[in-house]
Amino acid sequence: MRFVSTQELVAGLAPGDLIAIPPDYSGVSMAATRALLRAGSDELRLIAVPTSGLQAELLIGVGRVAELEAAAVSLGEAGPAPRFADAVRNRRIRMRDTTCPAVHAALQAAEKGIPFMPLRGLLGTDILAHRDDWRVVPNPFTKADDPIVLLPAIAPDVALFHAPRADRDGNVWIGRRRELATMAHASRRSLVTVEEVVEGSLLAHEESAAGVLPAMYVEAIAVAPRGAWPLGCQDLYDADDVELARYAAAARSADGFAAWLEMFLGRTEVLA
Amino acid sequence: MSRDAQAARRREAMLAAILRRLEGCRTIAVGASSPLPGTAALLARAKWGARVLMLGSRRHNSFTDGGRELFDIAAQGRLDAFFLSGGQIDGSANINLLGIGSYPDGLIQRFPGSFGSAYLYFVVPKVILFREEHERRTLPERVDVVSAPGTSPAHVHRPGGPVALVTGRCVFGFDRSAGRFSLESLHPGEDAGSLRAATGFDYDARDDAPVTEGLSEADHALIRDRVADEIAETYPRFAATLRPT
Repeated sequence: MRFVSTQELVAGLAPGDLIAIPPDYSGVSMAATRALLRAGSDELRLIAVPTSGLQAELLIGVGRVAELEAAAVSLGEAGPAPRFADAVRNRRIRMRDTTCPAVHAALQAAEKGIPFMPLRGLLGTDILAHRDDWRVVPNPFTKADDPIVLLPAIAPDVALFHAPRADRDGNVWIGRRRELATMAHASRRSLVTVEEVVEGSLLAHEESAAGVLPAMYVEAIAVAPRGAWPLGCQDLYDADDVELARYAAAARSADGFAAWLEMFLGRTEVLA
Repeated sequence: MSRDAQAARRREAMLAAILRRLEGCRTIAVGASSPLPGTAALLARAKWGARVLMLGSRRHNSFTDGGRELFDIAAQGRLDAFFLSGGQIDGSANINLLGIGSYPDGLIQRFPGSFGSAYLYFVVPKVILFREEHERRTLPERVDVVSAPGTSPAHVHRPGGPVALVTGRCVFGFDRSAGRFSLESLHPGEDAGSLRAATGFDYDARDDAPVTEGLSEADHALIRDRVADEIAETYPRFAATLRPT
């Protein structure tokens, strides 16, 4: 585990890496997203756990994304994600539709080191009809006719997210956002931005230890205060709804998108 | 009547209809982009102490095991009710959250995606469909893409499914064995003819369908004094429309 700058953090992503990203309400590293927008591979492969919003939208908007698997991409109350919708319609990205629990279940398979996970539902959907990597098998534990879907494990190369704090040993406090732990467990390595680094071990007391992702999963950490903005970070700050609405309105046109991006990239990060 | 007043009356009818469908439910989950169902669920909590699990909220959400937990409790039967909408909803209660046109390579319009619908529609006993915009375009004979089917063959494990569709014009009940909607009530200002004209699919209807009852004075007071503030954490813009100006 190393402490690095946000720029060095994203330099750890290789072209073609499969990158797991959390939903907008969980712990999105917009600081790392900014670094990727400035200088990143044009061949990113993203797996949203299980949905994405502003992060996928921006990376798609500048052409960084080759492939996306997601249960949805939306800006929430601010509305649909216009660059995402445009890119899918014009087939500029390879879109693999899924459904929320299918992502969670496939990551759980990777956590356990097993090749697949069964999941209820999905039968009769056009999502299943177009997923040639999914299988429908008879439930082997009953004589009754009981088809069930099997999903191959998803083992991302990298989990990329933002969290409130880390200690000097690289233990990361994620609180109850346990999908970040699932992402990290399933991925080969985790790259994390945090609001701050605290003194003392987060594992020293039960109260903080229960919310910790231990350092063994974490490859590198960068300190990025307000690193989720304009999204929120747990109980530290809420999503900036005014800015998100401003983005949603701007991004309806290419010029508006470019202008908003210039503002976003022009913000200098406060370095610790 | 002003457009704002019409919108408020339509919303009240929808809220009241959803609230009535929630009666008896102990545990209610609310998904993404669901301000109206979220408000109805929080009203159910204020009125009879229903447990509410609202995605995107920190205050009205007691999950501690990450994004998977909602889906896990749903498959175990711990969840009584959930809400789904769609860019299109058809006469067989199929919903489309994927797009308009030919899926996947010939879409004219792309929607956000299926979220958890392709799973929750199968396992939650009471799924209440909602779609404020009630037009032939949004309620067609047949959806362009099935992100979740309204019914399934008998051998498919399906303890859950749709019970009703609440729109900006009316309330439909859904008969799972017939695979059809039937009109339960019309919102104020609608009649049998206007409803047929605005609906793309065929449905059963009797001539004397009642008018959808609104909220009680007590419900209005609960929204004003409590629920508007509670929903504001997750849906600030929607909450602003619930408060008297």
